[in-house]
Amino acid sequence: MNRFSYLRAGSIEEAVKAAAADASARFIAGGTNLVDLMKYNVERPTRLIDITRLPLNTIEETESGGLRLGAMTTNDDVAHDALVRSRYPLLASAILAGASPQLRNAATTGGNLLQRTRCYYFYDTATPCNKREPGTGCPATFGRNRIHAILGTSDHCIATHPSDMCVALAALEAVIHVAGPDGERTIPISEFHRLPGDRPEIDTTLQHGEIITAVELPRTDFGVHHTYLKLRDRLSYAFALVSVAAALRMDGNTIAEARLALGGVAHKPWRDPDAEAMLRGHPASAELFAGVADHILREAKGFEDNAFKIDLARRGIVRALSQAAAGTPQSQTDKRIR
Amino acid sequence: MLKAHGYVGAPQNRVDGRAKVTGEARYAAEFDAPDLAYGIVISSAVAKGRITSIDASAALAIPGVVQVFTHENRPRTAWFNRNYRDDVAPPGSPFRPLYDEQVVYSGQPIALVVADEFEIAAHAASLVRIEYEIDTHMTDLDIKRSEAYVPPKKRSGVTPPPSPRGDADQAFARAPVKVHAEYRIAIEHHNPMEPHASTVIYEEDGKLTIHDKTQGVQNSQRYVSGVFGLSSDQVRVVSPFVGGAFGSGLRPQYQLFLAVMAALELKRSVRVVLTRDQMFTFGYRPQAIQTISLGANPDGTLQSIMHDAVQTTSSFEDYQEVIVNWSNLLYHCDNVKLTYSLAQVDTYTPSDMRAPGAATGVTAIETAMDELAYAAGIDPVELRLRNYTEVDEANKRDFTSKELRACYQLGAERFGWSKRNPQPRSMRERRELVGWGMATGVWEAFMQKTAARAVLGADGHLDVSTATSDIGTGTYTILTQIAADTLGVPIDKVTTRIGDSSLSKSPVQGGSWTAASAGTAVQVACRSVRETLFKYAREMDGSPLANASLEHVSFADGRIVLTNDQETGISFTDIMRARGVDKVEAEEKAAPGMMTSMRYSGYSHSAVFAEVRVDEELGIVRVTRIVNAVAAGTILNPKTARSQIIGGIVFGMGMALEEESLLDHNLGRFMNHNLAEYHVPVNADIHDIDVIFVSEHDDKLNPMGIKGLGEIGIVGTAAAIGNAIFHATGKRIRDYPITVDKILGS
Repeated sequence: MNRFSYLRAGSIEEAVKAAAADASARFIAGGTNLVDLMKYNVERPTRLIDITRLPLNTIEETESGGLRLGAMTTNDDVAHDALVRSRYPLLASAILAGASPQLRNAATTGGNLLQRTRCYYFYDTATPCNKREPGTGCPATFGRNRIHAILGTSDHCIATHPSDMCVALAALEAVIHVAGPDGERTIPISEFHRLPGDRPEIDTTLQHGEIITAVELPRTDFGVHHTYLKLRDRLSYAFALVSVAAALRMDGNTIAEARLALGGVAHKPWRDPDAEAMLRGHPASAELFAGVADHILREAKGFEDNAFKIDLARRGIVRALSQAAAGTPQSQTDKRIR
Repeated sequence: MLKAHGYVGAPQNRVDGRAKVTGEARYAAEFDAPDLAYGIVISSAVAKGRITSIDASAALAIPGVVQVFTHENRPRTAWFNRNYRDDVAPPGSPFRPLYDEQVVYSGQPIALVVADEFEIAAHAASLVRIEYEIDTHMTDLDIKRSEAYVPPKKRSGVTPPPSPRGDADQAFARAPVKVHAEYRIAIEHHNPMEPHASTVIYEEDGKLTIHDKTQGVQNSQRYVSGVFGLSSDQVRVVSPFVGGAFGSGLRPQYQLFLAVMAALELKRSVRVVLTRDQMFTFGYRPQAIQTISLGANPDGTLQSIMHDAVQTTSSFEDYQEVIVNWSNLLYHCDNVKLTYSLAQVDTYTPSDMRAPGAATGVTAIETAMDELAYAAGIDPVELRLRNYTEVDEANKRDFTSKELRACYQLGAERFGWSKRNPQPRSMRERRELVGWGMATGVWEAFMQKTAARAVLGADGHLDVSTATSDIGTGTYTILTQIAADTLGVPIDKVTTRIGDSSLSKSPVQGGSWTAASAGTAVQVACRSVRETLFKYAREMDGSPLANASLEHVSFADGRIVLTNDQETGISFTDIMRARGVDKVEAEEKAAPGMMTSMRYSGYSHSAVFAEVRVDEELGIVRVTRIVNAVAAGTILNPKTARSQIIGGIVFGMGMALEEESLLDHNLGRFMNHNLAEYHVPVNADIHDIDVIFVSEHDDKLNPMGIKGLGEIGIVGTAAAIGNAIFHATGKRIRDYPITVDKILGS
């Protein structure tokens, strides 16, 4: 840990201004990830800007029939909100699949979007890591990579994004509202996180000084035809090896609209519009789902420890689509997989 | 004699439970001292090489930083290896922190930053720049096994494999039914909830009071005295509460050395607490590769057992444990070959971890026996009964007691084993395959020489004490029960003090020997007080007990009474008043009987039955039911005993399915060094656990027939789960932990 100064921001403008003035300043909300990273000397901000008092902790309906989640709402607030549970049960389910009640009470919507990878090497400053120290190399590629990515990797980084919530947000096509020195803008969730390429140190398209103010959920109509299936090394409190968020609009047994996003497999929640198009207009069937899974994973690349994820993801996609089509979403309390 | 109040054998709440749940119980890092300084350990980033430079100037420039200790400026310590060798040390040269510029493993402590505040020390530590000249390291057992060797010097307390008997190779070649396979156990770290910590209080007279996280305060005391050249009265080590240890606290760990070194040098109190990732920088359960060949007749009777193990150790010590001996101990066979060797890797020395050796070896042999059951077409329980042995065949000794048959029978009944269809994949419920598996557990019933003191006050209060520790097992409670019963004192009038090096001599707490050892010592000390008190009572003027003998009186509710006439008696208070004393005290030793040790073998046994449900397509395993029937002699406290076994079973579940310290062989470093990525079972993983204590009378081991419970719960559990997974899926996975990739990939 390093020395840092602390500012409690009284307004969004103050927070943005303070952050923009200091290239190594960080916003702190729940702190469930940032404080850990500071203890490990992975993050060494010179200034912490506390945004917990900003008026961003409400959940409101939008004029177009969606919901707007304030960035400072906690994961627990969102997962147990009546409107979220009735309109976006997929999101509630994904959040409850992650972390522990204690963490969900502290972690915020905005912070969840910005959590950093759980790659062992990223966390250990005794080892090289292109994400932590650009240009030093990626020992995970030839080392222990059980938890690493199989899609969208680069020679520079094979880390995954660890969030469950973001996988659901990707399937729900959420829009991220941000405020910055140049005013406000929105970023579709699909463009918010990025692939590592040759700049793995950059996780998102958020610019320095910009602050997330809200996550907007467009109106959807998936009813009971959704699921969040998380496959991991123990039945709770572990990051996903593979997770699948699926949401379908069914017309009888025919799929009218499909959304599918994968977690634990890439540097960002993984969506494949072609795969979703393959589902549209077809009757739900195991063969169809298997074909979709193969399509999504057509370019998947495994490493020494994690090649099994390709097969696991294939199986997970088929199961999740089956659950969604049947309208039997995965329970996050009963760990038996439906 | 123990029936006065009947505390022993009855379920009792933990006497220290309230202190623990209220936070009143304090742990090593929670003790304070005036002007306490804080030490942060800097760990080596490389696995092997030389430190070429340490630049601490930026750290030392920070206000509040007191000193940065390295091999360049450390104070002189003892020269000889023997001064560093603790009670539990294996043969070799014990690791010396900050000794010189050599780095022998990744994570090795190479500097200690001491500051007035914890945060300052942590910040300063991040500013120390260290350069290395890197040597080639090797941490891969699969490569190093070709250089494996039989340890030339045996580790004290660890029995090497017995000499071969018969001709195991030939018998195997001729056997009509065979199993031959390799089994692998991953490296595990203990990961107690409380990290290792030492708070060294530098007293005004220069003496040290050390609050150490340890399983042996006197072991730590001897180590500190030996290394720093202090007399034993200058060093007091206390550890009244230990937040779990599982063997990690048997040997003095490097935070103790560093904290004492800094305190002596700075003449100031110092605390050093290891971080969670530093909990992966000392002892661990070694990786083991085992090869087992079983040859049997068509009826399943064993004709040949060959069990070989190669296991990791460090480059500087020959850590040893008993891995292969269990195979013949459990099963009768005339042709037996057991072999065991070590391979050096560039890590710290492995250390004992809950059921060291047995958890490893029994997992393999009990998996192999399940394979033999299928090869011979015999029920797994029946196979074990057909090969049951009534004697310890390695040395032809009888067992002090062995109710393993009853474990199989009662466990199978409770589990419903008779309803099992042996065919793999024969049971399913919706998308899940259901599997039932079983295995045997075994652990040696040790006893160690231990002393205890008992002081009975005229007010009827009884104080018993010994230097042993309570690592969460319930030692406080069972010692209190034994003392209360022996002297007929209500349990709330007994104070038990442990975890202090100034108390009566005790070995480290480990090996499941503490209940038998400290328990017997407390009983003997209390009996000595009994005798003295009774003598005083008889010698009182006009004593109503003048003609009674000790066999004909009872001690109950603070009185000595005639057993046949409970109205006739004298209170302890009156006896002491008449004698003119305000207390009666005794210190006594208990030790295992030499004759018993020479003539008998003492072991606890268990039969573990497991039900798993495996999602057929996804390979996700749930352990939905465990029945463990344990025969472990006298059960002193069924409540804490059950907790012990449940804890062991959960440990076994971790071994079966989750726990693995991932070594990056390129870097020679453990990589998942935190509790997010080193997985131990969580509540969602744990379902029904049913513990049966099988009645077992043992009149040979020790006066109360105690065998101990710390280890037996884990032994056999991993194999039972692995065997259940085979029954569910038809997939035999011989590489623990059995993670989803292995289930899908096999």
